Amino acid sequence: MKLPHAAIVAIAGTAVLALLPLVAPPYYASLMVPFFGYAIALLGFNLLFGYTGLLSFGHAMFLGFGAYGAAVVAGVFGIKSFEAVLVLVTLAAMAAALPIGFLCVRYVGIFFGMLTLAFGMLFHSFLFKFYHLTGGDSGMRVPRMNILGLEFAKYNKIEFLAEPFYYYCLALLVIAGLLMWRIVHSPFGLHLRAIRDNARKAEYLAVHVRRFRLAAFVISAGYGAIGGAILGFRVGLADPELVYWTQSGQLVFMAVLGGFANFFGPIVGALAFTLLQDQLQSLTQYWRFILGAILALIVVGFPGGIVGLAEGLRRRRARAA
Amino acid sequence: MVAFANILVGGVFHAAVLFLVAAGLQLVFGVQKIVNLACGSFYALGAYFGITFIGYAAAAGMSPWLILPGLIVAGILLGFIGPPIERLLRSVYGRDESFQLLLTFALVLMFQDVFRFIWGSNPRSLDSTYLIYGTITSRDFSVPVYNLLVIAAAIATAVGLGALLQRTNYGRTLRATAENRAMAEALGVDVRRVYSVVFTLGAVLGTTAGALVVPTAAASLDMAIEFVIEAFAVVVIGGLGSMRGALAGALIVGLIRAYSLVLYPELEVLAIYIIVITVLLFRPAGLLGRPVV
Repeated sequence: MKLPHAAIVAIAGTAVLALLPLVAPPYYASLMVPFFGYAIALLGFNLLFGYTGLLSFGHAMFLGFGAYGAAVVAGVFGIKSFEAVLVLVTLAAMAAALPIGFLCVRYVGIFFGMLTLAFGMLFHSFLFKFYHLTGGDSGMRVPRMNILGLEFAKYNKIEFLAEPFYYYCLALLVIAGLLMWRIVHSPFGLHLRAIRDNARKAEYLAVHVRRFRLAAFVISAGYGAIGGAILGFRVGLADPELVYWTQSGQLVFMAVLGGFANFFGPIVGALAFTLLQDQLQSLTQYWRFILGAILALIVVGFPGGIVGLAEGLRRRRARAA
Repeated sequence: MVAFANILVGGVFHAAVLFLVAAGLQLVFGVQKIVNLACGSFYALGAYFGITFIGYAAAAGMSPWLILPGLIVAGILLGFIGPPIERLLRSVYGRDESFQLLLTFALVLMFQDVFRFIWGSNPRSLDSTYLIYGTITSRDFSVPVYNLLVIAAAIATAVGLGALLQRTNYGRTLRATAENRAMAEALGVDVRRVYSVVFTLGAVLGTTAGALVVPTAAASLDMAIEFVIEAFAVVVIGGLGSMRGALAGALIVGLIRAYSLVLYPELEVLAIYIIVITVLLFRPAGLLGRPVV
């Protein structure tokens, strides 16, 4: 019963996203590119937060790995294939996440959050201060890359982002989503949920708690790097702002906005946040205030987020019928 | 040697301000178990309001010598924002830490735009009126007396807080509530009131720190998010919930910043986070905190 419903939602969502560039002006289609980046990163983030119960407040670090990784691989080494870049940054982020995660997963709750925050800020200050390596506060340029070996040289940047790259990112999101669905619904995912709900009991049942938490951390890092590479490609720049702690807070914001208890929640959150931020920014320079007020409202009144709200409505209607 | 002394005073001055904000963070965390990210916003609020307050006071004919007491009054006046914000936070007591963090993060976002709305996007500063207190100079060594007065004020606050918490009945009530909320409530402590008072006190520590620092540095929109992260480093190094820890942590962070700025600027912030991570890994309770179970 549960799987068909999720499949319908996923297929309908993908279809709507696939049709969007045909009806929406190119600006909106290119606006969706960061949404894809955030959505992929949040899929990974939620494996850690929603499914394993570990709140990372330094997850923007992995966005940074992706964006700076793309800048180094494509800009410095001159490898212009985006697929190669994605593979390399994902591997690099996962390799870096292994020792960091090894140290972080010894703790849970607020201490895990603080440790990840500290690592994130460590990376940020490295990017910010080592000017000759990282460009300091002006960041590093991410050059335009080819996708699937095709240059798309006749498209300008906006057209490129709005059409070929849009579909490319949509495909990436679908693949990443399917993969995450498999992960979450595998025995491995069940282990993670058991750890979230009762770590001690899971340990009594011979689950190697730390090893599973570490695995979730490493996987989420890989997702974060893919998201970061997309973000960096879109802006054409990897800058330290992407790694600052407020960016990590924004990731948590998106997850909670969509509803972290649901598989699709983070994707919905990324979409809602991207559209909301764009609309508010064009309306008023005080958009942060409104976003903050919305966040406060969700935390206080609707902890299930948008998806939780929608499900509540659906259930009420079902009861009424 | 002379440079050494200059840097030392600079570092201790920074530590004094850090201590005030971190003490507010500690108080709120110790009693209410909430990590208040908005404490940096209180600090920024104090800074902005301090500038406006001194501007009005000077226009009304206040002697420039009263700038220090004036700023302290400005900081304390801002205490009135404590109770309503505490009222908002009441909805997340006892809920998941992620929600508590997010609600205070929401406050950070909102405060930033409130500052932008009232004081504009450009950094604001008082001109160097604080030099009216003079400067102690001997050969190359020179330090504004104002900075020493702020250090003295922070020491006085530390002593006062220590006396309040350790020596008075109200301090015992606070510590009892921190230790075991349910038991304190059962013994007749008005916990709601205690929470409101503690949060307001924490806010006042932050706003006063901001007001005191503003004669020497400009108030800007980024100061809230930059300072809260430094205060966070202080409490982690010192130990969450420990007042002595806040003092030790503030000194460590303040001095490291001051020295690394001179010796090896690239390491300025990096060094602090390396210490934070080391402390968290080997002594997660912090240098002076009680061990976590």
